[in-house]
Amino acid sequence: MSIGFRSRSLAFRVGGVIAAVSLLSACATDGKAERPKSAGSSSKEPAPGMGKGYAHDPFPSTYKRYPGTPTLLTNVTVFDGEGGSMDRGSVLFADGKIVAVGQTIAAPAGATVIDGTGKVVTPGIIDIHSHLGDYPSPGVQANSDGNEATGPVTADVWAEHSVWPQDPGFSRALVNGGVTTLQILPGSANLMGGRSVVIKNVYARTEQGMKFPGAPYGLKMACGENPKRVYGSKGREPSTRMGNIAVDRQTWAKAAEYKRKWDKYEKDGGEAPTRDIAMDTLRGVLAGEILVQNHCYRADEMAIVLDMAKEFGYHVGAFHHAVEAYKIGDLLKANGTCAAVWADWWGFKMESYDAISENLALLQNAGACAMIHSDDENGIQRLNQEVAKALAAGRRAGIQISDATAWEWLTINPARALGIADKTGSLKPGKMADVVLWNGNPFSVYARPEKIWIDGAMLYDADNPKLRPVSDFELGQPGAGDTK
Amino acid sequence: MKRLLTLGVAPMALALALSATPAAAQSVAIVNAKLVIGDGSAPIDGGTVVVRDGKVVAAGRGIAVPANVETVDAGGRFVTPGIVAGFTRMGIVEVDGVEQTNDAGADKSPFHAAIDIAPAVNPKTSSIPLNRAEGITRAVVAPDNNGSIFAGMGAVIDLGADRNAVTKPRAFQFMEYGETGARAAGGSRPAAIAQFRNALVQVRDYSRNPNGYADVGKEALLTRADAEALVPVVAGRMPLLVHVERASDILVLLDLKREFPALKLVLVGASEGWTVAREIAAAGVPVIASALVDLPASFEQLSSTQSNVGRMKAAGVMVGIGMINDNEARQARLEKQYAGNLVALTKIPGATGLNWDAAFAAITSVTAEAIGMGGEIGSLRPGRHGDVVIWSNDPLELDAAAMTVYIDGVKQPLTTRQELLRNRYMQPQEGALPKAYER
Repeated sequence: MSIGFRSRSLAFRVGGVIAAVSLLSACATDGKAERPKSAGSSSKEPAPGMGKGYAHDPFPSTYKRYPGTPTLLTNVTVFDGEGGSMDRGSVLFADGKIVAVGQTIAAPAGATVIDGTGKVVTPGIIDIHSHLGDYPSPGVQANSDGNEATGPVTADVWAEHSVWPQDPGFSRALVNGGVTTLQILPGSANLMGGRSVVIKNVYARTEQGMKFPGAPYGLKMACGENPKRVYGSKGREPSTRMGNIAVDRQTWAKAAEYKRKWDKYEKDGGEAPTRDIAMDTLRGVLAGEILVQNHCYRADEMAIVLDMAKEFGYHVGAFHHAVEAYKIGDLLKANGTCAAVWADWWGFKMESYDAISENLALLQNAGACAMIHSDDENGIQRLNQEVAKALAAGRRAGIQISDATAWEWLTINPARALGIADKTGSLKPGKMADVVLWNGNPFSVYARPEKIWIDGAMLYDADNPKLRPVSDFELGQPGAGDTK
Repeated sequence: MKRLLTLGVAPMALALALSATPAAAQSVAIVNAKLVIGDGSAPIDGGTVVVRDGKVVAAGRGIAVPANVETVDAGGRFVTPGIVAGFTRMGIVEVDGVEQTNDAGADKSPFHAAIDIAPAVNPKTSSIPLNRAEGITRAVVAPDNNGSIFAGMGAVIDLGADRNAVTKPRAFQFMEYGETGARAAGGSRPAAIAQFRNALVQVRDYSRNPNGYADVGKEALLTRADAEALVPVVAGRMPLLVHVERASDILVLLDLKREFPALKLVLVGASEGWTVAREIAAAGVPVIASALVDLPASFEQLSSTQSNVGRMKAAGVMVGIGMINDNEARQARLEKQYAGNLVALTKIPGATGLNWDAAFAAITSVTAEAIGMGGEIGSLRPGRHGDVVIWSNDPLELDAAAMTVYIDGVKQPLTTRQELLRNRYMQPQEGALPKAYER
């Protein structure tokens, strides 16, 4: 029975509502700065230590968008990803960016015009919780690279160093799921499992070739059953929930000290403090440069984590797998922390026992920031359907939420929780042209992606077998290039 | 439809269901239905289904409603047989990760084929009301294997709110082949086949002289109890469900079926079945497939595709849908979504799906037929158990709800623990008293 810490136990929390959004967006634009540069272009003299610190982006993105043609979709139902919708509308994108969304848009010279009658266009789906690449298919031990389960705190590991860019799962997430951006996380065996990485769902020879330019890093943290089970079974701390928090707090106290030393060095100069790769990441969290993505199921534990964050001066971006978030929607809203959840996963472990299908709707009703997530190489192919189920459950409970609002759970809310909402997650002019044309209403079980563009490049077309991606692993294997 | 509104009466309905005299409660006529028989035929508008004493007596258009039978007007909505969950571990697991509540497997038991899952079935398991409320009325329940290719004897259960969940105990023997079977047999597929052949030999010895067959402690390759349990399998009186994924492994099993023609072989999983679909069809072996597996999750599933079910069906294979290794203890409700996805494939160039009628049959009658129970469950043909669901709309759609569920003609309570949690937290804040006082 797979109740392991790989998928089923990774809930973390994402930052919250609108207040958090601006904070996160700020992180997105500033936080990735390569290193403390000399206070920008101001005339101030750099402090003696500035620039002597360590690189904050030693494995930079080499992603380049593929070419596309200016494209106009017409007569199409539009969900813009921020709650807006339009019947028989138009969407124009060119040079990798959304140009315009409106009722009627004149086709520029040379544009490809696609009649979207009976179809729906949406922003590409963003999955904030995936292990594609670090737990790839085939799921053999040799490829199992998601949990550095050798100590409860492994803030030193980076998921991107495990991501195998040939995972066949990326192609399924694209062609069946319409997923254009995803966050790959370390697993949840550990309290602090390491750094996440955000990638665009475009195959590349290297992980860096997929890496989302300018996206902030995340720190994967985990509450609850997994860390205490993994380390308790080894006879070491933590073996209880109180042990979990104790180790967390001890670690944050060290991180605060590390940050003080490095901040002082970068301000005043002198002898450089001893470098600690794990502490670099935690310092990044305390500085607001790295977002906390916290696996946590139970409401009471989420509340404790929120106060722990206040104690040490960091912000929890999102709780993932937050099956009990509906019990504390008000608290999440007040803290500007998001909840990333499943539609109907339930009962596979004790801390998932109180999961209900109305979680998303109740969070929305409470004004909290909510989103769907997969944590699963199959579920990621049907996130639109997962939202449809959650939406229907909410409506049956009397919570009226429009289809267009529910689409926020698939795109703009995860974009905000990842600090990339200024770049993608909605069909707003100037944003990346990450676009899915569905062959029907994507909240119907009978709809599938028909065409998908990422940064304006068409990377899937159901009508063109040559536009079905086949990873190196699948090449030459039975069924390669088949519809999947 | 809005169960919130019916909450107050639900406990009473439950009490009634438990105490009502069976004869009175087990007859109902549902009229004005978009009637789905479940056998792959198209829905019938204006249809009627009559259940009498717990069994379907008639279904179709122009059916007369007998006197003294309660009549329910479906208002033109979908009325179907209840879903038959094709391969599950429902009713034998409460929380997978809580060992004491998990009776699926027994890794320290000396017994394997002899394990009979029926006594473990607990009708109070949370997954039963939850899936019942979503229109699942019967389930194929299999034990999990440990230390042998043979897992034991599975059961067919109903999801009714009563004490008698087991429709048919010892309904089949479940066996693992492929990677899982190889591991259980000591490390290789040939070892698994050797174990299988040896079992057949020992069963033969046992059959010739049961009293002379003695257990010899740890040296026994097949305990007396295991040998006894396999007698009906070898004789073809009990289906043998075998989990298998790889095409070449499927062909090996079909060879065994040729060698031992009495075996009532049923394939489970069969991700690569489409590549040997003609051979499966020619052997007359049914399949309970995983519907949407499309990744090379293992080296025995390299050619997985969501078109697997559609292609096997097109080749003439009898193929229903099951939940092996897919949250099988709790999430049989997803079979409706899976079936809907197979319909969606019919619009994808190069893919092969199922039409709606066939997709619905794949989660009702076909699974029942596959395990030899098509005459009892899975459709609204006369004589079947009176398991009937009235749906809010197309049951394969994501927003569909089961409005009324009958099992053996008994109207079922549809309240779940999840619903009570939802109601308690409609507003997260405490009121005049702690949440613990709200129910």
